[in-house]
Amino acid sequence: MRIVVDLNRCQGYAQCVYLAHEVFKLNGQEALTYEPNPDDDRRLQVERAAAACPVQAIVIDRLDGAKRGETP
Amino acid sequence: MTLRATVAELVREFRASGRIVIVGASLAGLRAAETLREEGFTGSLTVIGDEAYEPYDRPPLSKQVLKGWVPADHTKLPRMREVDADWRLGVAAVGLDRVTKQVSLADGEQVPYDRLLIATGTRARQWPNPAEAALHGVHTIRSRDDAEQLQKALAEPPSRVLVVGAGFIGSEVASVCRELDIPVTVVERGSAPLVGALGGVIGEIAAQMQRDHGVDLRCGLGVSSLEGDSEGHVRRARLSDGTTVDADVVVASLGSIRNVEWLEGSGLAAGFWGVGCDAGGRAFDINGVVTDSIYVAGDVARAPHVLYEYQFLAMEHWDNAVFGAEVAAHNMVNLEPHYRPHLLLPGFWSGQFGVNIKSVGVPPFGDEIVFTQGSVEERRFAAAYGHRGRIVAAVTFDHGKWLEYYGKLIEQSGSFPPPPPGWDQPPDMKPMPAEFPDPRVPTGIPDVVLTGHAPSERTAEFRPRRH
Ligand SMILES: Cc1cc2nc3c(=O)[nH]c(=O)nc-3n(C[C@H](O)[C@H](O)[C@H](O)COP(=O)(O)OP(=O)(O)OC[C@H]3O[C@@H](n4cnc5c(N)ncnc54)[C@H](O)[C@@H]3O)c2cc1C
Ligand code: SF4
Repeated sequence: MRIVVDLNRCQGYAQCVYLAHEVFKLNGQEALTYEPNPDDDRRLQVERAAAACPVQAIVIDRLDGAKRGETP
Repeated sequence: MTLRATVAELVREFRASGRIVIVGASLAGLRAAETLREEGFTGSLTVIGDEAYEPYDRPPLSKQVLKGWVPADHTKLPRMREVDADWRLGVAAVGLDRVTKQVSLADGEQVPYDRLLIATGTRARQWPNPAEAALHGVHTIRSRDDAEQLQKALAEPPSRVLVVGAGFIGSEVASVCRELDIPVTVVERGSAPLVGALGGVIGEIAAQMQRDHGVDLRCGLGVSSLEGDSEGHVRRARLSDGTTVDADVVVASLGSIRNVEWLEGSGLAAGFWGVGCDAGGRAFDINGVVTDSIYVAGDVARAPHVLYEYQFLAMEHWDNAVFGAEVAAHNMVNLEPHYRPHLLLPGFWSGQFGVNIKSVGVPPFGDEIVFTQGSVEERRFAAAYGHRGRIVAAVTFDHGKWLEYYGKLIEQSGSFPPPPPGWDQPPDMKPMPAEFPDPRVPTGIPDVVLTGHAPSERTAEFRPRRH
């Protein structure tokens, strides 16, 4: 799956780190880094993290990959 | 039919079966394509990109990817919706003919359009000496491939890395090297790191931060040449003060070049600073006349901003690409008076040495700075930039939660120094000079360029008045 965090919005509340620590990590006090394309079996975790983010900074893809026949 | 009805019908028809071409298949290109579909455009959509990859995100490249945590190919951007486009990837646009409304591709094909979006971004400035640039171990970082190669080189690990240029990307590379416990030397021509973007006062803090983390930082110096061994691998750099640095990886982080060459001869206002456009993303031609069918977004665009005295801003920031693309796409399928302006309050973030650096507004527009919150010693603070008694920007180090407070003041052209936020106030709130380098001296590597007007770049043709 694919995600992107709008780090302009992110305020380092670390909710996402708490809920999906393999995907989101804080580097220091509030600099968030994350795995943009985590394994699909982490989807539930990541969706929970996105829902819990107080500023809605986590964007998850709404498609499972691109449409068939479409490149990419 | 009335004229109004005819126009409405034309818009409907364009939305249903028009042809839109987007050149540049990255952040701005993808978000524009998605927005076009979101707004009900069902015509044909072609996205042309010279990279062979589907759109991916660049900010992770100099951070988690270099560190080796995230593989370079794990940066594909999420899709907000189906875009149902004809993707031409791995082929560059090489020309634009505005009369026949066609984009020519490197493979000889011509792609016709009714409306065109230019989103070709920027590329990394290469090491200026081609023979030296070709040495093994000399890197730049802009693309997925660049990041992959540099990450591999860092994993070796090298005995020392030399970073040339201490802008945001150079500083992030230095930070990753220290996290990986690799010795690193940073050479910066300006007086301190980040000085072009944040000024000398903040630059001094960034310099201290680098030194505290064991970076061998050398400011006010240039690298005059790189030397390789008999196998063509870089081994040493000679600095402008005559000293040398032994390094087996060199990262040239010398800023960027706007991808406008393919627009040569098109008659658009495209040049060194990017493609000029109005606040709605509509491109200007070389005479300053707005076009109807060509739009620009992202790093390659430069547009006037009402908060900054209508100076043309060129911004190499992630949110500018997202928002600019959304605005341009909206305007491509709407007519006046439904155009939207791209009046984003600029902002960016950078993670380095375990500190979250964020800014809103345009710091180089300010000439004064005042610390308003927190503690510089602890590297947790907020500072505001002022220009003629009004607040024009703010920067935070590990104080990101307060950015919104300053953002609001900037949007309202609030007074400078700003009213104290009443929390965590430093004892001394005296404004001081922000110490930006003279913009006419090409030293620092600004990420936002106040481009203004350059009479020497005059490309318009002036005709004598006829009687
Ligand atoms: C390493 C790195 C770290 C960054 N970190 C941050 C950060 O922390 N915070 C922040 O705010 N911003 C950051 N940025 C900036 C941010 O990534 C850019 O602002 C953003 O990518 C701009 O998107 P764009 O679509 O306008 O341009 P680009 O992403 O540059 O995309 C332009 C695309 O067009 C293609 N292209 C060029 N010419 C042609 C042609 N003739 N024909 C076809 N295709 C063409 C290019 O190959 C490219 O794929 C970073 C950038 C880099 C490189
Ligand atoms: S929960 Fe949201 S605001 Fe908090 S760190 Fe994660 S992305 Fe940032």
